[in-house]
Amino acid sequence: MNVSITVNGEQVSREIEPRQLLIHFIRETPGLTGTHWGCDTSNCGACVVQMDGEPVKSCTILAAMCEGHEIRTVESLEVDGQLDPIQMGFHETHALQCGFCTPGMLMTARALLDENPNPTEQEIRTAISGGICRCTGYKNIVAAVQWAAEHEATAKQGV
Amino acid sequence: MQTPAAFEYERATSVEGAIASLREHGSGARIIAGGHSLLPMMKLRLANPEHLIDINDLAELSYIREEGGEIRIGALTRHKDLLSSELLAEHLPVFRDAENVIADPVVRNRGTIGGSLCQADAAEDLSAVCTAVKAKTVIRGADGERVVGMEDFHVGPFMTAVGDGELLTEVRIPLRQGGSSAHEKVERRAGDWAIAAASAAVWIDGGTIVQAGIALSAVGLTTIHLSRAEELLRGKGPSEDLFEQAGQIASEDCSPTADGRGPVDYKRHLAGVLTTRALRRATARALHQEV
Repeated sequence: MNVSITVNGEQVSREIEPRQLLIHFIRETPGLTGTHWGCDTSNCGACVVQMDGEPVKSCTILAAMCEGHEIRTVESLEVDGQLDPIQMGFHETHALQCGFCTPGMLMTARALLDENPNPTEQEIRTAISGGICRCTGYKNIVAAVQWAAEHEATAKQGV
Repeated sequence: MQTPAAFEYERATSVEGAIASLREHGSGARIIAGGHSLLPMMKLRLANPEHLIDINDLAELSYIREEGGEIRIGALTRHKDLLSSELLAEHLPVFRDAENVIADPVVRNRGTIGGSLCQADAAEDLSAVCTAVKAKTVIRGADGERVVGMEDFHVGPFMTAVGDGELLTEVRIPLRQGGSSAHEKVERRAGDWAIAAASAAVWIDGGTIVQAGIALSAVGLTTIHLSRAEELLRGKGPSEDLFEQAGQIASEDCSPTADGRGPVDYKRHLAGVLTTRALRRATARALHQEV
């Protein structure tokens, strides 16, 4: 079947089997291997992308179900060499060690801040509870989200 | 790589169309909503549908509203909407209790109440919640609708009263004066299945429990409806002693199996403790005494 999905603002059309999962549709698109394929069982959260602005686990959605929807992957965060504040937060607070969970954490955290620009620590921990960091670096991930929230608040005040 | 076996995919554009397609394809057809139970089952070949009917576009099946003395919830209503609903939090706080501990927020963006009930996994929370609050399900087929109470909805492990050519469309929960509810769950880590969970609802009039609903998750082959404990509570004044007796019945009437989440004795003990706690909290809420 032919499936057409908007990925990072661009229309991607491909002939696929109905059983193809969104994670594979994305990763087989040239240049889009940033989304990580982890547990394959919707437990680990490495494959989280945004579907119409909401974080979803792309290993547990059929690509066919995304026809007509907007998918946003980790590659969309940086624009013209400018990192998204959430990426800067991860950089500043050393929020990744091996980096495997990072794309999912970034997309989950970005969606959280879009919905709730000033989350409490508990709200951050709840939001990222669908992601597993096997380096157990959660403390710095939480700090990175806080860094981004503060940075964005300051940036807004500056405008 | 885990990939489901091959199937045909169809996106439904109306409830009638989905039902017609279910009828046409018979037992080889399955509805997919959130897909967060069905797709993992398909990857493991525990489910092998030949024809998938995607109902995610049927926005008319996504709602939570009060109508005719009932709360009515569309089958496609997602966990995140059950969690954030003020209407549910006011009348049936058991939903918010449960939704806070169902899977994780990302999964809750996709999973639906209809999918949860139709999955009929004994470890799933909403089946216990709906049993405790004495919900009814609305099942639609080509010849019209039928209403089936939760006590008859689950006919076995992973089996429901929804037949070939039928679609679960709505969950109805009767509202009565003096009622409240609560859900208690213990899990090994965030997002895991329950080791055990208990849902309780009580309706209190003039200091007497006039009706009670209690159900357990994850401690049997299906959701356990504790009718013997409900019988004990009816007509009595709420008390700590009574709740402990109900907990004792819960320990006796569940049938857990030993697994990585714990041995049988522990799960029985937990079922009892969680039943007592859920009754205590539901009662405190009904009497507006929640601490």
